[in-house]
Amino acid sequence: MASRFTVSNRTGWLMAGPAVLLIAGFVILPFLLAVGLSFTNQRLVSPNPTEFVGLANYNQLLDLALLTVEPLKDDAGQTVLKDGVPEYPPIRSLTRNNPDRPDLNGMREWFSFSSGGDARLVVLARDVVFMKAIVNTFTFVIVVAPVQAGLALCLALLINQRLKGINIFRAIYFMPVVVSIVVVSLLWRLIYDGQSGLLNNLLGTLSFGMIPPIDWLGNPSTALGSIIAMSIWQAVGFHMVIWLSGLQTISPTLYEAAAIEGASKWQVFRYITWPGLRNTAVLILIVITMQAFGLFAQIDVMTNGGPLDSTHTIVFQAIERGYGKQDISGGSTISVILFVIVLSISLIQRWLTREKS
Amino acid sequence: MASITLRDVRKSYGNAHVIKGVDIDIQDGEFCVFVGPSGCGKSTLLRMIAGLEDITSGSLAIGDTVVNDLPPAQRGVAMVFQSYAIFPHMTVRENVAFGLTIAGASKAEKDAKVAEAARILQMEHLLDRRPSQLSGGQRQRVAIGRAIVRKPEVFLFDEPLSNLDAALRMDMRMEIGKLHQQLGATMIYVTHDQVEAMTLADKIVVLRDGKVMQIGAPMDLYHDPANLFVAGFLGAPSMNFIDVTVKAVNGNSALVFNDALDPVEVSARRGPFRVGDRAILGLRPQYLSIAEGPGKLHGTVALTERLGAETVVEVALRNGKAVIAALSHDAVYPIGSAVDLGFDPAQAHLFQPEE
Repeated sequence: MASRFTVSNRTGWLMAGPAVLLIAGFVILPFLLAVGLSFTNQRLVSPNPTEFVGLANYNQLLDLALLTVEPLKDDAGQTVLKDGVPEYPPIRSLTRNNPDRPDLNGMREWFSFSSGGDARLVVLARDVVFMKAIVNTFTFVIVVAPVQAGLALCLALLINQRLKGINIFRAIYFMPVVVSIVVVSLLWRLIYDGQSGLLNNLLGTLSFGMIPPIDWLGNPSTALGSIIAMSIWQAVGFHMVIWLSGLQTISPTLYEAAAIEGASKWQVFRYITWPGLRNTAVLILIVITMQAFGLFAQIDVMTNGGPLDSTHTIVFQAIERGYGKQDISGGSTISVILFVIVLSISLIQRWLTREKS
Repeated sequence: MASITLRDVRKSYGNAHVIKGVDIDIQDGEFCVFVGPSGCGKSTLLRMIAGLEDITSGSLAIGDTVVNDLPPAQRGVAMVFQSYAIFPHMTVRENVAFGLTIAGASKAEKDAKVAEAARILQMEHLLDRRPSQLSGGQRQRVAIGRAIVRKPEVFLFDEPLSNLDAALRMDMRMEIGKLHQQLGATMIYVTHDQVEAMTLADKIVVLRDGKVMQIGAPMDLYHDPANLFVAGFLGAPSMNFIDVTVKAVNGNSALVFNDALDPVEVSARRGPFRVGDRAILGLRPQYLSIAEGPGKLHGTVALTERLGAETVVEVALRNGKAVIAALSHDAVYPIGSAVDLGFDPAQAHLFQPEE
């Protein structure tokens, strides 16, 4: 029966109105603005008129070049050795005012590697920090997605049992999810403290002082890893609950049938639980990936991108540029690049995990 | 050998006693049906035999081995579930071969055994389909196929036909009967449908509230029910029960009567009865007939249902109670007309009233 509400168009729009307005105002409009602004030189506050600059913002962020650098030769044509290794001209001398390669002007060295022989191949980037941010973000995603999903599944399997007080464990594992990530980050900054942090004290006590205190967030080789560990801990409970809901949709009679057939615990997981979790797994993988690409709050609270740019991420860059440096067009460009990256990865994941018939 | 012996088997969940001391002997190769109304514990009992539920006390033996504490896989049983429990992500072939896969059988062995099971169940054409592409009856076949590839000594069926429509249920019932003859294995079958019980069973166990009401061959239970419950549960339409008073006791028989019933002498072996006792006379509708002359029961026609080969007549007795007579011919009895019903006293059952 069609009720008056389902046929009345005006009522329908009135009901949907608030949500539509909010989504339009805070999602659709900013998205369109970001795409539009990324082709201009708009600044957050500026007296100058906005100009259309085409792909210049994208070029500025993504431009890469490869340069082969030969070692310095002395007058006799011999390679100059310094401490037994060939000496190379400074990269700056090749990129600045180089009449042969005007396109390299303003680019900096990202990394270099030997190409066999004495010559070195140098990868130049117009925006080295952004390149580092991309690498850091991908590192974060590649570690967090499988580890967090796997840990969450283990926890879900553990709490999916009929035991007395199992709800206490469910609550404990879920608790960090409820706490704001900013609060969690502040607390973990204390845990990671280089002098008297909880982690250093713990390690020192357990190893009888063998492990010296480490400045977890102040050391380029441990900072990103520390943030990864904390982020996994913080959100693992959320994905645990999703896994749990997936586990509970699997019919108990399937387990009984397997028990009668004599399946071992591993076989039960392999033939019944895991195939039954297929759709949940796809969901969790995509959700974690998208969340991980959005890494920002932890960085902003704990390291501000440092030390030595080792924890810069794409979103942190977008916000730092857009608001910190008031370069709203640059921030918008980064957002659009992130959008394209996340969209393509999600589509690839969808395609890889599609139902094969 | 796979006989099954239950001795004083009990099951309790805390203070809730579900199975209250059950003794059953099932011979090797026998088809045994557990029947009873819902909640009588028949499925629980089957699951205890399968090993899916613990046995609180008593002993359960399969063959000569007490299996109380063995896990399901080591009891040599296969089970067919009401919901089929076939694995949705596997093809029919993989489902049927599941037990062999678990046991690590070779591909050649699996193919051979699956082919044989498919031949027995006539489902060769279904092997490469997925469960979602199968009808209910076909899924049931897959579930049975998965049970038979392992050549178990005991098959357990938990209401296997209750999710099928009526026509298919009859087909599958016959097939399960044939399968039992073909395989010769011991089978235990749980149902609440007395027709399935009567047609399939070598031995019926009637359960009520976790207790065995009667065990025996279907015809023994039908013709000689031990108590009111069994008498009323088996047979359709169900047995008429008439309150009577005992007028005289004469050895193994008793003379009973009431306002609508002329005194009649019936067997009193479900006694003891004493003169003046209240008792209940059980009369199957099929054994009541419209008397030509003066009959034993007096009343008027309240309702007639003509089914063609059968006519079901509801007769309001003189004392206000009603009985149903199922007559094996087509006839018209005007509502309100007086009728007398007759019956063979040898087909009547006298029971003590239930407390």
